[in-house]
Amino acid sequence: MDLFMIFFASIFVNNLALTYFLGMCPFISVSGDLKTAFGMGMAVTFVITLTAGINSLLYNFVLVPFEVEYLQYVAFIIVIAATVQVVELLIERFSPVLYINMGVFLPLITVNCAILGLSLFMIVRDYSFAESVVFGFGGGVGWLVAIMGMAGIRTRLRFSNVPEALKGAGITMIVTGIMALGFMGFAGMVNVQ
Amino acid sequence: MIYASPLIVLVGIAAVLGIILALADHFFANYGECRIDINDDKEFTVKGGNTLLAGLLDNKIFLPSACGGKATCGFCKCQVKSGGGAILPTELPFLSKLEKKDGTRMACQIKVRSDIDISIPETLLSVKEFRARVEEINDLTHDIKEAVLKLEEPETISFKPGQYIQYQVPDTAEYRAYSVSSKPSQNDRVEIITRLVPEGVCTTYLHNVLSEGDEAIITGPYGEFYLQEDSEKEIVCIAGGSGLAPIKSIVFHMFEKGTSRKITFFFGARGVKDLYYREEFEKLAEEHENFNYVPALSNPAQSDNWTGETGFVHLCLEKYLDKTSEKEGYLCGPPVMIDASVSVLKELGIKDKDIYFDKF
Repeated sequence: MDLFMIFFASIFVNNLALTYFLGMCPFISVSGDLKTAFGMGMAVTFVITLTAGINSLLYNFVLVPFEVEYLQYVAFIIVIAATVQVVELLIERFSPVLYINMGVFLPLITVNCAILGLSLFMIVRDYSFAESVVFGFGGGVGWLVAIMGMAGIRTRLRFSNVPEALKGAGITMIVTGIMALGFMGFAGMVNVQ
Repeated sequence: MIYASPLIVLVGIAAVLGIILALADHFFANYGECRIDINDDKEFTVKGGNTLLAGLLDNKIFLPSACGGKATCGFCKCQVKSGGGAILPTELPFLSKLEKKDGTRMACQIKVRSDIDISIPETLLSVKEFRARVEEINDLTHDIKEAVLKLEEPETISFKPGQYIQYQVPDTAEYRAYSVSSKPSQNDRVEIITRLVPEGVCTTYLHNVLSEGDEAIITGPYGEFYLQEDSEKEIVCIAGGSGLAPIKSIVFHMFEKGTSRKITFFFGARGVKDLYYREEFEKLAEEHENFNYVPALSNPAQSDNWTGETGFVHLCLEKYLDKTSEKEGYLCGPPVMIDASVSVLKELGIKDKDIYFDKF
């Protein structure tokens, strides 16, 4: 499949957040402010691209030859955990300010299901290594676009008259639903499984 | 054999990742030995990667810190001349414009990653660490206790009435600040007063675990809140809860030395059961014309038969203070009480610079 198609599809047609509803916990809780949302989105994009590549290699060169494909869940999640650890060390070393800004979100990526989900999707879709990396990068960018959009909307929501009972997570969920409806418009543009 | 391959694969993956992590830790989290230079005078090396506050503590330099390095008290400020890196978002709420400009930073937030040049006020360099033994623990009210710490090493302490010490909970990195309630003339001991904070690590320890004969590690003295001894102004003391401690030290120190300054001490509490050291202060007020003790109860019980002041303590200040003489205010207690009292004192014509307070 054309790499560009995969990239485009993973951002718009099969957006991880708005079509699959993956990674909802940080999507709801970190979208209050544009700057932190951007930081979180960048962290996710970075980790998701890296782990897509590593997991693709791991699957094709270790799990398949040993006929233990069913271990993918366990293997992928520990790879993700270890990658996050290394990324955390690197960021702390080279950008303490970014490190403090990301705070608890960086370790939280470990349990962001969008990242594990993407690794599992690329196996189901039988992507090659290059396709996996592009898919990972696109998926990350898609998630970034979604959370930035959400943060933008929430910045405006701050000044609007939201019913008391819906303030916070409630209105965020509703807005997510409406955004998802919008993204449904992309469905069918590119056909991926 | 069918069971062996998944095991081998899993163990293999885990081992490879483990090695990568260990290598990353070794290369990226290892900052080597770093040099800390203080006031271009003292110098020592610490292992990089820890906070500046911890590095100073290891070398017996005791910056004040009431929160224990959580970036909530802002006491551990010091001037970093080089090697501190950019100001972190956690520090911003505590730094004024001027402080940002002259390189003031919070020692608990800076990690020592390279050689670092700092300057610390000389008075802080004289702060010492004391090994003490708990001589007595007294119940003052249902939730307030007093601990008497007898100093062992060094044997004496010199402090100004109103200053505080820090108490470290054994086997933890937790330490908290407590005002000294004893007089400076009793220089072989330190008395502190604590109110049990539900779920507070340190007060829970002091209230429930500490017993007579235990060893205690304290550092001090710290604080800008202390009695101005060369002033001649009338004194107004206001305290609530365990805020009585520094005021007790100030009042008893003054009458021990003998003073002609007029002193009025207002103490805010809920009910009679929350009053303590009442007899001592009442006796002092009887003996000395120039001392007045005014307890005010916000919520006296029916059975208390209370005939004194009622209501919050700041509401009865006006009744006892005239606007004619120049006054000095010493306040210690919960922030709400202090804020309310400070504004009343200002209305009574006391200048900002003559109001000293210790919020907790």
